[in-house]
Amino acid sequence: MRGRPEDRGGADHMTIPSIGRAMPRTEDPPLLMGRGKYAADVRLPGLLQAAVLRSPHAHARLGAIRAKAALALAGVHAVITGDDLAGIGRIPTRLGHRIGHPECLQFPLTRDRVRYVGEPVAVVIAESRYLAEDALELIDVDYAPLPTVADARRALEPGAPVLHEVLAGNVVDRLETHRGDAARAMASATHRVRESFAIQRHTGVPMETRGLTASYDLGTRVLSLFGVAKVPHFNRRVLADLISHPEHLIQFVELEVGGGFGVRGEFYPEDLIVPWAAMRLGRPVQWIEDRHEHLMATNHSRQQHHDVEIGFDAEGAIVALVDRFLVDLGAYVRTHGVVVPELTSALMPGPYRIPNYSSVADCVLTNKTPTGTYRGPGRYECTFVRERLLDVAAARLGFDRLELRRRNFITPAEMPYEIGGASLAQKNVLDCGDYRSALDQALELAGYEQALAEQAQARGQGRYIGIGVGCVLEKAGLGPWEYARVEVDATGHVVVYSGVAAVGQGIATTLAQVCADQLGVAPETITVVHGDSRRVPFGVGGFASRGGAVALPAALEAAKAVRAKILRVAASLLEAHEDDLVIEDRGVHVRGVTDTRVTFRDLARAAVPGPPGMEPGLVAAHFFEAPKMTYPYGTHVAVVDVDVETGEVALLKYAIAYDVGKAINPLIVDGQLVGALAQGIGGALLEELVYDDQGQLLTTTFMDYLLPTSMEMPAETVVRILEETPTPLNPLGVKGVGEGGSSGCGGAIANAVADALAPLGVSITALPLSPDRLLALIQAAAPR
Amino acid sequence: MKERLIRLTVNGRTHEATVEARKTLADFLREDLGLTGTHLGCEHGVCGACTIIVDGAAVRSCLLFAAQMHGHEILTVESLADGDRLNPLQEAFWEHHGLQCGFCTPGFLMTLTCFLRENPHPTEAEVRVAIAGNLCRCTGYKNIVTAACAAARKIAAAPTT
Repeated sequence: MRGRPEDRGGADHMTIPSIGRAMPRTEDPPLLMGRGKYAADVRLPGLLQAAVLRSPHAHARLGAIRAKAALALAGVHAVITGDDLAGIGRIPTRLGHRIGHPECLQFPLTRDRVRYVGEPVAVVIAESRYLAEDALELIDVDYAPLPTVADARRALEPGAPVLHEVLAGNVVDRLETHRGDAARAMASATHRVRESFAIQRHTGVPMETRGLTASYDLGTRVLSLFGVAKVPHFNRRVLADLISHPEHLIQFVELEVGGGFGVRGEFYPEDLIVPWAAMRLGRPVQWIEDRHEHLMATNHSRQQHHDVEIGFDAEGAIVALVDRFLVDLGAYVRTHGVVVPELTSALMPGPYRIPNYSSVADCVLTNKTPTGTYRGPGRYECTFVRERLLDVAAARLGFDRLELRRRNFITPAEMPYEIGGASLAQKNVLDCGDYRSALDQALELAGYEQALAEQAQARGQGRYIGIGVGCVLEKAGLGPWEYARVEVDATGHVVVYSGVAAVGQGIATTLAQVCADQLGVAPETITVVHGDSRRVPFGVGGFASRGGAVALPAALEAAKAVRAKILRVAASLLEAHEDDLVIEDRGVHVRGVTDTRVTFRDLARAAVPGPPGMEPGLVAAHFFEAPKMTYPYGTHVAVVDVDVETGEVALLKYAIAYDVGKAINPLIVDGQLVGALAQGIGGALLEELVYDDQGQLLTTTFMDYLLPTSMEMPAETVVRILEETPTPLNPLGVKGVGEGGSSGCGGAIANAVADALAPLGVSITALPLSPDRLLALIQAAAPR
Repeated sequence: MKERLIRLTVNGRTHEATVEARKTLADFLREDLGLTGTHLGCEHGVCGACTIIVDGAAVRSCLLFAAQMHGHEILTVESLADGDRLNPLQEAFWEHHGLQCGFCTPGFLMTLTCFLRENPHPTEAEVRVAIAGNLCRCTGYKNIVTAACAAARKIAAAPTT
């Protein structure tokens, strides 16, 4: 139950429809007052604290682990090693049907070998975190270092160290997507442009690190986990299988979630170790990741190397695209399997008509932290490659960069459009879209013509201003289904139970909004429950921008069914026809007869057992099935000022026009786009998880891994939410909005920087465009 | 382990406690006093999530020891609202969608509480500088800046009490 001040939104009203209203979020008041309970805020009697001993080596054989001194420390309860977990299997994948090789999955605690810096080797359970960390220092481990490979390209070379001997080399999977005959079309293309691109390793980095508390009731055998996120129902099943404990005796409870971005909530080694320890010790156990651990233990993402070629006919129509890329998966296959490269291949053609397309992706293992999805997985990468490639081609061939895009956009008349290939176990078919409109509106928002004039003027003054465009095709609303239950309780209060999970995005508010109109109540008065397996029996979770397109329709349908029940019970109590009834102010009356009314409270009580033939209770559940995904889209335009003396990129203006189909809450949609933009800017300009060639991670603090601050954000940001093409795939027309604010940044900013530096002949083909890298490029291009 | 007796005021209440010398102020507030509104995002003084006000100045509670706080006066995010009534800064954050996951929010609120006292009529550019030491991963800062400026106007317009 969320506290909310009484002076705000207390009254129910029917006059303003809730759907589409930019209302402040119902989640916020407790968070603003410091009352939100996050993972580290759980306190249970007898709570013990865990700390993880992590490998300092990127690759080594594991010898003896001597924990006697640690165990002798007062307040230390246990030291757990891989031997203790001998009966526990590897952590399975969650997404995608391809898992690479099963023996490349990770054990919760390694047994005989470490393969990345940060791999869990042992866990101390103690009275406090301070003591647990003292004990870590007393554990003595024998390591026999092995040759290391920290670069995906080097990992392919003959004689490179092999991480998993079960594979012949370090390629765990190869993904191929083909449409038409790309080789033939390329051979006969009038113009061909070839380039290589690289995207650096970086990741989500939520402000709250991971954390988990587990308690086990020795009497009832109920195991409870607090602080779960993203996919609680799935992870409960994984845990049940791994520890061979009945699923119904395991409870997963989500708390406030301090940011998700794809990385939080996947099943990590600690998600097994913490509950296992609680069961073993019969005491509740808490583990809170620190930031140093987070940067080496939580999924990394994004690192890819592309060699790509594009072919055009004489008029600039794309005839073929051929992409060959490597994805650096790190040391093990984690829960996302090979979904990131799969999505990269699927979305590489973007919003363009590409009749012949070939993509081959090698998934490579290296001695680095394992990887998974990060907001806009595959799309951030492929959008950078494709949009940059188009600008490179336009410059080399003398085409106008905007006309080149307009000429090749898939048009609304061609929808639904099959782009070829499959991802996430479904064919890649675009639902709807008007890509040209989004481009034109983004240009208008950015003041494109004026920016060009300013650029020309600035060049005369020796300043380097650039304008860059990035057209984004997103993919959202992953099914296969979501569950919702709507209920009017015996005190007349409306509750929405949803199988979705919160990651800080405001899903509770939007769930309340879609139900409010059906039941004639204000969304502020609705309680939303999610992420709690005790109260929500089924759920898929919060990822893939699926809340809007899958969870909201489920809640809408359940609310409609409850509305029907309200009217049915009221008709029987008021002895009237349902068509003559009005739902208003938590009650029902006959139209025109306001003095005789039955309240929700009366109706909820009368509904058990209710009229003959009706399922008892003012409650209804709905599974909304979503066999097809939506494809939101938009355009980013960046205007930058590059200081050629320092390599610093200042963002003068940033415009995004983005089509979400239907915005349930424009305030939240805008917030998602601007927030994602900040992360995209981080990826374009600052963030990089740097390894040395021995596999040592060099960026393990916020002084080395640079997140954007308020100072790096554009001087001016303008967002236009488009609702031009509602998706036909759900009754709300909603497509999803979590990721598109990021996906275009790499492309748009790199194009803008390249545009700015065009007079110097600087070639921009790799991210991030950090000052040191950019300065080196400037100096290499034009010795000054 | 070395311990120390301290006496300090937190959110207007006086506390006396025996603390381990190495215990950080943030851990003391969260664990000993149960004030879990102060969050830890990095524990090395960069992210600003743990920002509180000590004797009128915004400081990072992860970089101080509780033992140093003898005789000092501390304000945490829990002090801002009057019961369930949000103060103007909190209201502005709510109205302008200045938070998403809410984890960094207490630090921003405390930083801005201090800042708006020193600069009651800031420009957007000045607010940006003021919050440059607080990291937010959700909002892109835009709405935080808008909220801070709106709060400043709201406070200026309110009758002084």
